[in-house]
Amino acid sequence: MPADPAPVLELDSVSKLFGRVAALRELTASFAPGRLYGIFGENGAGKSTLLRLIAGLARPTRGRILRWASDDLHPALARMGYMAHASLLYDELTALENLRYFAGLYGLAASPACEDAISSVGLDPALSRRVGDYSQGMRQRLSLARALLHGPDLLLLDEPFSNVDAGSAASMAARLGRLRASGKTIFVVTHQPAHLEAVADESLWIAAGEIAARQPGIGAALAASTGVTQ
Amino acid sequence: MNYKFLVLTLFTAVLLFYGYYRAMSAPEELTMGEVQRIFYYHVPSAWTSFVCFFANFLASVVYLARRKSSPAAGQAADAVAVATAEVGVVFCTIVLVTGPLWARPVWGIWWTWDARLTTTLILWLIYVSYLFLRHYAAGGQAPTLASVVAIIGFLDVPMVYMAIRWFRTQHPQPVMAGGEGSGLDPAMWNALLWNWAAFLAFGFLLIWMRYNLARFQQLLDERHALAALKGGAR
Amino acid sequence: MTSLFAVTRATLAKDVLLEWRSKDAINAMLFFSVLVVVIFSFAFDPSAEESRRIAGGLVWVAFLFAANVALNQTWMRELRNQVLDAYRVSPAPANALFLGKALGNFFFVTVVELAMTPLFIVFFNLRILGPAWQLVIVLVLGTWALVVNGTFFAAVSLRTRVRELMLPLLLFPVSIPALLGMVEATTAILTGDASPRFWLNLLLVYDVVFTTACLLLFETVLHAE
Repeated sequence: MPADPAPVLELDSVSKLFGRVAALRELTASFAPGRLYGIFGENGAGKSTLLRLIAGLARPTRGRILRWASDDLHPALARMGYMAHASLLYDELTALENLRYFAGLYGLAASPACEDAISSVGLDPALSRRVGDYSQGMRQRLSLARALLHGPDLLLLDEPFSNVDAGSAASMAARLGRLRASGKTIFVVTHQPAHLEAVADESLWIAAGEIAARQPGIGAALAASTGVTQ
Repeated sequence: MNYKFLVLTLFTAVLLFYGYYRAMSAPEELTMGEVQRIFYYHVPSAWTSFVCFFANFLASVVYLARRKSSPAAGQAADAVAVATAEVGVVFCTIVLVTGPLWARPVWGIWWTWDARLTTTLILWLIYVSYLFLRHYAAGGQAPTLASVVAIIGFLDVPMVYMAIRWFRTQHPQPVMAGGEGSGLDPAMWNALLWNWAAFLAFGFLLIWMRYNLARFQQLLDERHALAALKGGAR
Repeated sequence: MTSLFAVTRATLAKDVLLEWRSKDAINAMLFFSVLVVVIFSFAFDPSAEESRRIAGGLVWVAFLFAANVALNQTWMRELRNQVLDAYRVSPAPANALFLGKALGNFFFVTVVELAMTPLFIVFFNLRILGPAWQLVIVLVLGTWALVVNGTFFAAVSLRTRVRELMLPLLLFPVSIPALLGMVEATTAILTGDASPRFWLNLLLVYDVVFTTACLLLFETVLHAE
């Protein structure tokens, strides 16, 4: 594949230490825009930490992260969307109230962006139920809607398929594929690589804080289990 | 440690002994008698603790300003902040203990809410809470949070002083060390200043030792971190 | 770029809505404040003349403890579901979050104070001898003084192991000059003995200095990790 110019994300010897524990060890990698990257690995390998660093929620102990060729985090924030294990939503508010608030944080007009975002993940924007009373799967989908609300160019999703039934996971994956086709860059951390089979362009296997393998498609997950590394 | 430390220790010891000599040989105070001599330790402790806290304020500002551009300078500034806060609290405690020890035999009261003593008490409270914060803050956030708190705390001090001063003009009470602008015999001033010099030297010695301890701890953590980075199977 | 005013307003509206839905903080705070007033009434049984002189102190200590409860609450709800991360990941300015929270706290604490005040007047048979309208100024300046530093230190305390305990440790020493101002101004107005002007000026200076300091330093606290 020809190398795209202007990588959307570059990791330059990025390390993250928590006290004396190294969660990430001198990661160096470059990621082209408009592709979907799967990030796989054992529990505790550092996948979530990596996503948090890219999102700007944590700062690397050493090294630099360049987003759109700049190490200044602030201008990149409006162009990134983040989804985590936790829902990042207020349990006492309805879906629409939640998204209206977050729209305000991004300086967006609330309608119709919020209603559209909620509908696009298969939920009812008019639902007056508190998010705290939603099922896990519904909350997951709403969290995705929140991440997509402001139309970010770079999406960071941490376990989007957990607690979601197979049908919804498939439609979520298809949605991600469409987003990628429209030029967005997507990083997905998951323990279920099969969901990304149709849409992943490349995948990474993170082990002990390092990129142990990088393969096209979801190859990294298979490579790791057979012990083949890059 | 090296010969510089030894020299400073000797110098400090000499100053402390000389200060003691001057304190004991200064003219006896008219009304208070021998007990007044505690004043030569009470006041320099106060001045020294204030110098320490001011240094802590500066170190906190430097830490916040430089930690991103120059992590090494930031670390050093943080070590200074810890050292000056701890030593400052020690001297502050001395002031708060010597105060009542002096006041009781002389004026018959343990405590007086005069501007200076009260400000010292509040300074002590602020910096003890600073030390608690350092202790209880999670992981690597301690230096950042502590620096912020130190700046806010230090900004409070002039306001405390002004507030109590005004309060005292309305509700006067005895002032220790004889109010503002009360005259002091030159020989007494001399003894006071020598003891201040001695305490400053002593304070500097303690800060230096504590600073080195903090730096060693930082370097040790860095070594472990580096080992963690390099180690581990691929 | 998202404007400071818009985000502050959005944050404030969200907090009011959250509080209205759950009502957990405000109900508990109101009841707590009633209890405090009653306990103080048992602890101190002053004559009418005495009560005017000590009421200032009693009232503001009671407000301080009530405010302490409120201040811890409002940040706790940002920790559930890690929703604070959603804010940090957005381009919204840190100051807007601080102002929104501080204004929300100001509103809640004022509501509690307004609930407690009639109780104090009744239990202590208070009659105001000085210009009563000045009490409004003291209330506003004094409450803001507690709330601005309280909101700030509550955010700092979130990141410690003993969260709820850390807040009063940090807040109380720094608040002493403001507390003195509030108490002395209130006493001056209640007794009509002196002019509260110096204390009002002190409170004003305190408010300006610390609001500025907190606004400048909050970003550092929000993004510390």
